[in-house]
Amino acid sequence: MSNAPSELTNLTIAQALKGLENKDFTSKELTQAHIDSVEAHDKLNAFVTKTPELALQQADASDKRRASGDAKPLDGIPLAIKDLYCTKGVRTTASSHILENFVPTYESTVSQNLFDDGIVMLGKTSLDEFAMGSSNMTSYFGNVINPWRSTSAPDIELTPGGSSGGSASAVAARMAMGATGTDTGGSIRQPASFCGISGIKPTYGRCSRWGVIAFASSLDQAGPMARTVEDCALMLTSMAGHDPKDSTSADIKVPDFSAALTGDIRGLKVGIPKEYRMDGTPAEIDALWDQGIEWLKESGAEIVDVSLPHTKYALPTYYIIAPAEASSNLARYDGVRYGLRIEGDNLIETYENTRAEGFGDEVKRRIMIGTYVLSAGYYDAYYVKAQRVRRLIAQDFENAYKQCDVILTPTAPSEAFALGQEEEDPIKMYLNDVFTVSVNLAGLPGLSLPTGLSANGLPLGLQIIGKSWDEETVLRVGGVLEKAANFVAMPDSSILKAA
Amino acid sequence: MSLDKQTVAKVARLARLKMDDAELEERVPQINTIIKWVEQLAEVNTDNVDPLPSPVDIGMKQRKDEVTDGNCQEDVLANAPESLEGFYVVPKIVE
Repeated sequence: MSNAPSELTNLTIAQALKGLENKDFTSKELTQAHIDSVEAHDKLNAFVTKTPELALQQADASDKRRASGDAKPLDGIPLAIKDLYCTKGVRTTASSHILENFVPTYESTVSQNLFDDGIVMLGKTSLDEFAMGSSNMTSYFGNVINPWRSTSAPDIELTPGGSSGGSASAVAARMAMGATGTDTGGSIRQPASFCGISGIKPTYGRCSRWGVIAFASSLDQAGPMARTVEDCALMLTSMAGHDPKDSTSADIKVPDFSAALTGDIRGLKVGIPKEYRMDGTPAEIDALWDQGIEWLKESGAEIVDVSLPHTKYALPTYYIIAPAEASSNLARYDGVRYGLRIEGDNLIETYENTRAEGFGDEVKRRIMIGTYVLSAGYYDAYYVKAQRVRRLIAQDFENAYKQCDVILTPTAPSEAFALGQEEEDPIKMYLNDVFTVSVNLAGLPGLSLPTGLSANGLPLGLQIIGKSWDEETVLRVGGVLEKAANFVAMPDSSILKAA
Repeated sequence: MSLDKQTVAKVARLARLKMDDAELEERVPQINTIIKWVEQLAEVNTDNVDPLPSPVDIGMKQRKDEVTDGNCQEDVLANAPESLEGFYVVPKIVE
């Protein structure tokens, strides 16, 4: 092998595709380097299930395709798949005890799209149980650890964020070149910010939800996580597209998203929402935001002040709608057709025992809230009310986009925090998504990319929000911001040295 | 609106979650904290605002009413906790 493994795992997807095309290395070599990295980083606990044998088989097949001139757009690229995507013949758990032994007999549309484009699957990454959380601490399979460490407290293990924390940790630690995520309220963007990588939640309907285990169906959306904006664009081009099996997937042509990265944003109008200057946000987050504004201005964009007046109601709206939809979606786990079963004396007791044993604390909390707000007598006061406020939140964005093309905000209100402390007050944990949930409620595309480090040496991200179906402009602005920020910092070297 | 223990027990029953007394006691204040927090939506004027059930208006598609899938009994039953002769097995429900 002409390349040292660490050089192979540091490549971007775009670089690796060139290297494969130039025969600098094979997919088998590239895949083996990543399998070795997965093993070396075992203590980060990023994977629920590793599939090295499958990966090597797929790499072999990829090398054969390339040799015969049939290489697909992502042929031979080793990726990780969030364990919320059903993968045929490979255990899919949603990081829940209730699905601990579930082996799908079908493939999700998005992972199938990636396989059709030639990817290699390294394994299934951990998440907050059923994607409900912002810390990865609700996974049945234990905490995922962020490869970054704070310079002021280097012995303390940090959260990778969530819910796509395993994916974020795997990509940041050079275990995978990219990974799939899902985003219901910030689950791609917040972990991307905490782990110093990029990730985009596309417009609702851009990617099929078929075969992705449902959390809140009107909010859930699949998306890519990778180390560059271009890599996200390459993955999204493969993942997106209309699917007759998902009635909410849009029959809209998928562009070549990587072609959108022209580097030219002259004359583009970037909105800055005043409501996102929130009390209690650390000064360094506001400074990061100001720096981002400055960079975009220097690149020829015009900065416009905009207002999103219902921002403060986004989280409470989300915490009615998401649990309501979750309580309905999770009703299917009854111990009859698949998953865990804990027998009772009768059928009702079997349901109750199974669900009590199979779901974790946070999932139960959300099922309870959702059941309550949907129950007779409260449906209008809570659920319908939240849907009305949801429309006002979506209208805020429509009004803002009369003045601007994209909106720039911070991604998360803090750097990665310490793992382990059980949060007594669930609302404090919910506040992690204060800058991201509105985007899901309005169905818009949102990209997070790393643009700086905190005083503790931890990555911080900025978010670019676009108009519906305009991922291209979002990615274009992301590319410009990425170049200006020149984020080259790497996670804790002592952890990576193990590789 | 504050939920008492009896209401939380009723919700747990509706959600098919077995909960003992100690867990109910623990959950009452948690759930009340969240419900109280989301009730701030009451201050938003939503007169003449229609509910928004889905964020992107793409309309419902229709297709021909014909069989496109099926004949996969083994796949359907593959993950069943218990099955027999092509059926799911559940505890006896008729006395």
